[in-house]
Amino acid sequence: MDACPKNIVTYMHAHLDGDISATEEKELRSHLNTCGACQKHMSELEYVVHTLESLPAIAVPMGFSERVMLRLPKPKVKSSIQRWLRRHPMLVAVAIFAILMSGPLMSGYNSSSEFSVTDYPGLIVKDGSVVVPENETIKGDIIVKNGSLEVKGKVDGDITVVNGKYMASAANVTGQVKEVDETFEWLWYSIKDCVTGIFSSK
Amino acid sequence: MDTLINKRIKQVLKGDQNAYSDIVNSYQQSLYHVCYRILGNQQEAEDIAQEAFVRAYINLHTFDPKRKFSTWLYRIATNLCIDRLRKKKPDYYLDADVPGTEGLDLYSQIPADERLPEEEVERMELKERIHYEISRLPEKYRTVVILKYIEELPLQEISDILEIPLGTVKTRVHRGREALRKQLGDV
Repeated sequence: MDACPKNIVTYMHAHLDGDISATEEKELRSHLNTCGACQKHMSELEYVVHTLESLPAIAVPMGFSERVMLRLPKPKVKSSIQRWLRRHPMLVAVAIFAILMSGPLMSGYNSSSEFSVTDYPGLIVKDGSVVVPENETIKGDIIVKNGSLEVKGKVDGDITVVNGKYMASAANVTGQVKEVDETFEWLWYSIKDCVTGIFSSK
Repeated sequence: MDTLINKRIKQVLKGDQNAYSDIVNSYQQSLYHVCYRILGNQQEAEDIAQEAFVRAYINLHTFDPKRKFSTWLYRIATNLCIDRLRKKKPDYYLDADVPGTEGLDLYSQIPADERLPEEEVERMELKERIHYEISRLPEKYRTVVILKYIEELPLQEISDILEIPLGTVKTRVHRGREALRKQLGDV
């Protein structure tokens, strides 16, 4: 094979790839006709190609695609929500704003529709009405929501009545008495309470 | 086929996971076969082919629909196969004890990759023999030979899948054929 043209093997491969010019093909043919070693080389390569091409396909194992489907992560709902959010940024901004604004107000107001009272041992609580009995002194602030408060004894502190009635016969209250009605006033009261809370805690 | 696949891809991206099973059914045969020929055994082939489909699903939003889906899918699968081959590549003595596994040597860990005794090779059927010879090819020749002759893909597509220049693909196909010629002539 020493006398063979240097690039004859390259031509063989180019021939196999169908990637050969007419003149190169001619050169290859005429050389193969005269050179037994290269003929052998060429036919061995053709044998390799032929064997490779005749390899049978291996069947996919049963249930392959089902097993793939089982292995898939399940972010379906989440991803569709994410896509929706991405598509409507303004709506999202408005919704977040609305939620943030309504949150504290609604929760404050809703919880205030139930009767509640600051609990002290001496208080008499009955059917939404609270009585500070005579001869009793409550030390501390009393807040009554959605109920009436009647003071017969003494209160050593502030009184706040939200959405309810305040009655005092002897008016023995050392602190302030506040009656709060309706949402807006309740909100205002909450804010004031919060602010004074911040300052008094310092 | 490509328009149908692109339609399914859109459905999957909209959240319809079931549409993906059509995609799996369309490509499972070829993908599994490629993995089987590259890795040399069915168990690993199933594992890697499944992994390829799962990764394709997870990264489906990064697929460019102007490209060919099968090329993208083959790329994921061949990369996974190559990673797997590199991990199990034996570059130490096969009968050395594996640290932490009493009594196990590497022979018990490596499937068809090492050379078999000549008599055994001679007894093989041709298709068995060629499968074995493919598994002995260096990984870079093995991959191109399989994509060209088993998947019958055009050289340009192989270049796209493996992200190597067309000229390199050609050289590797040539060398792969030469290596197989020598191996088959050996016995």
